[in-house]
Amino acid sequence: MYAYDELDRTLVNERVSEFRDQVKRRLSGELTEDEFKILRLQNGVYLQLHAYMFRVAIPYGALSSKQLRALARVARRYDRGYGHFTTRQNIQFNWIKLAELPDALEDLAEVGIHAMQTSGNNMRNVTSDQWAGVAPGEIEDPRIWSEILRQHTTLHPEFSFLPRKFKIAITASEHDRAAIKIHDIGLKLIKNADGETGFEVLVGGGLGRTPFIAKTIKPFVHGRDLLSYVEAILRVYNQYGRRDNIYKARIKILVHELGIEKFAKEVEEEWQLLRDSALTLDPAVVEDIRSRFSYPAYEKLPHMPDELKRAAHDPLFERWRRNSAFPHKVQGYSIVTISLKPVGAPPGDATADQMDALADLADRYSFGEIRVGHEQNLALPHVAKRDLPALWKALDRIGLATPNVNLVSDIIACPGLDYCSLANARSIPIAQELTRRFANHDTANLIGRLHINISGCINACGHHHVGHIGILGVEKNGEEFYQITIGGRADENAQMGTLIGPAVPYAEVADVIEDIVEAYLALRDSEGELFVDTVKRLGVEPFKERVYATR
Amino acid sequence: MTSPLEQKKIRITGPSVVTANRTWDGAVIYRTAQQGWSIDLSDAAIVRNSDDARALLAESVADDVGAIGAYIAPVEITDGGKIEPGNLREQIRSEGTTIGIPVPA
Repeated sequence: MYAYDELDRTLVNERVSEFRDQVKRRLSGELTEDEFKILRLQNGVYLQLHAYMFRVAIPYGALSSKQLRALARVARRYDRGYGHFTTRQNIQFNWIKLAELPDALEDLAEVGIHAMQTSGNNMRNVTSDQWAGVAPGEIEDPRIWSEILRQHTTLHPEFSFLPRKFKIAITASEHDRAAIKIHDIGLKLIKNADGETGFEVLVGGGLGRTPFIAKTIKPFVHGRDLLSYVEAILRVYNQYGRRDNIYKARIKILVHELGIEKFAKEVEEEWQLLRDSALTLDPAVVEDIRSRFSYPAYEKLPHMPDELKRAAHDPLFERWRRNSAFPHKVQGYSIVTISLKPVGAPPGDATADQMDALADLADRYSFGEIRVGHEQNLALPHVAKRDLPALWKALDRIGLATPNVNLVSDIIACPGLDYCSLANARSIPIAQELTRRFANHDTANLIGRLHINISGCINACGHHHVGHIGILGVEKNGEEFYQITIGGRADENAQMGTLIGPAVPYAEVADVIEDIVEAYLALRDSEGELFVDTVKRLGVEPFKERVYATR
Repeated sequence: MTSPLEQKKIRITGPSVVTANRTWDGAVIYRTAQQGWSIDLSDAAIVRNSDDARALLAESVADDVGAIGAYIAPVEITDGGKIEPGNLREQIRSEGTTIGIPVPA
C-alpha cells in the first residue's frame, strides 16, 4: 500500500474544508446551482434520478482494510448501507444527501481517500491492473507510475479545465486487465533493449457514442520522460480539442480527425519543448515514491500445502478455487478474485456489512489489502494457499464466494435507468435475469470465458462495445429496447463488437442472449475455443440467423 | 435531462407536472399549486396547456435554493383522479428503483 505523506494529507483535508464551505454557501443560497455545479462535480457529486450520487476514487484500485471500513461506514452512516464499484476503480454511493457530504468526505479523508476529480472535465482517477505488484511475469509494479501520475495531475491547474474528461490506465503485464486500449491514454509498461523501464504510449481510445480503440503514438517513452510526454499530449489536446461540441470534445475525436501521424507530430514538437524541463523525473523522486509503497513480508511456503490437498476433496471448494484463485508471483500464494456478481444481485454492489467483513478477511488473509478491478469485482492480492479453504468458507458466509469469475454471469453493468439521469433503459434487471438464466455452474463452466457488458445508454459506462456480448439500452417510442453486439473485447486484443441486427424489446433480451450462447455451443470447434474466438472465426452471421430467424 | 430552456419550446400534449430534486438531499419533489414542493406526486399541480406549463416551470426554476433541475414531466390521471407517472423514468423517480436494493430500507 502507498502511504500518504504530510503534503497529501494536508491537500485532502483542505479540500474537505473548502467543499464544506461551498456546500454551506449553496444551501444558504449564496451560490446558485449554476455556480455550484462545477464545484460539486470536481468533488465527485452528481445529481441522479433519486438523489445525489457520490463517487469516490480508489487510485489504481488499491484499498487498505482501514479504507474499506471507512467506505462501509460512509455507506451505513450517510447512504443506504451499500456501495457500487464501477468500471473505473471508483465506488459510488447512490443516496447521499448534499448536506451530509462534507461529513462523509471528512470521514474518508481520515483514511486518505477522497473524491477529487472523479467527475468534471479533468484528469480522472488513474487506473491500473488490479493484480499490480503480484501478477506473475509483470514487468514492474505499475502502481509506482500510477501514483506519480496521480500526484502530478491532482488539482493541476492546466488539467482542471480540459475540453472534456480524461482517463489514463496503466498495465505492466502482457495480458491487459486494465483495458488500456479504451482509455484516452493507455500506458503499457515495457523494458527497452538496455533493460530500462519505459512505456508504450497509446492515445485516443474510448467508448461512448463514438468508440475508438487507442492507437500507439510512441512505442517507447523512457520512464524519466513519462510526465513530460503525457503533459505534451495534454497540451496538444488542450489547445486543439473541441470545446464547442460536447460530443466531439474527447481526445479520441481529435486523434481521429487529425490522424495519428499528425497528432503524434504535434505531440513530438510539444514534447521537445518539455522533455528536458523540470518535468523530467529524477530517479530519486521515483525511488522515494517507490519506497512509500509497502510490500508484504511473504513467508516461504510450499506450492501445494497440506490444507489445500485436504480441501481438494470438497468439490464445492475445488470449484471455487479453480474459478477464483489465480497464480501469484510468490510461491505458495494466490490472488483471489471476489465476485460481486451473485445470482440475482446488481453487479458491483457490496453492502456495508460485506465491506466490513471483507476488511477483516483482508487483515487475516491478505496483509490488509484489497483491490478493485474494472470488471466490478474485488480481489485479495496476497492469500497464502494454505488459507484458501478457510477464506472460502468465510467468503461463503457473507455471500461473496460465487464461483463465476470470467464466466457468463460475471456481468459488467452500469446503474442504468434505475439510478442514472442519463440512461435510456435499465441495465441491472437485465443483468439480474441473465445471472438467473446462467445460474448453473456446470453450464457456465461448459460455456467458458464469456463477458457480457451492459450499458443503459450510449455513454457506455457498462463498456458494452467491448463485451464479448454487448447489450445497449435504447428508447423507442417510450419503450426500452436493446441493441446486441458480439465479438468485442477489452484486453490486449481489444476491439469493438459488431451489431447483430435490430434492437429487441426488454422482455426478449435474456432469450436472445440464451440463443446466442446456444449457437456458440453448437458452432465452436472445440471446448477450448472461446465465444469471442468463434465469433472471430465465423463472423456474426450464424448468430444473427439464430437470433432473428424466429423473431 | 432536458433543460428548462429547451422545454420552453415544447408543447405539452397531456396532463403534466413540474418535478425537480430537492437541493439539500436530492429527493424527488413536485411543484404544488401552493407554490411549494412536495415529495408526493399526488400533491403536484397539474397543468394541461403549454402556457400554464411554462408559467409553473418559471416559478419553479426561480426557486434555485430549494430545488435543482426543474422540468416538465408527463403524468396520467386515472379514472379515479389519481396522478400517475407518465413514463418509466418518472415511474422510477416517483416509486423507486425497479430492483430490490441490497439493503432494504
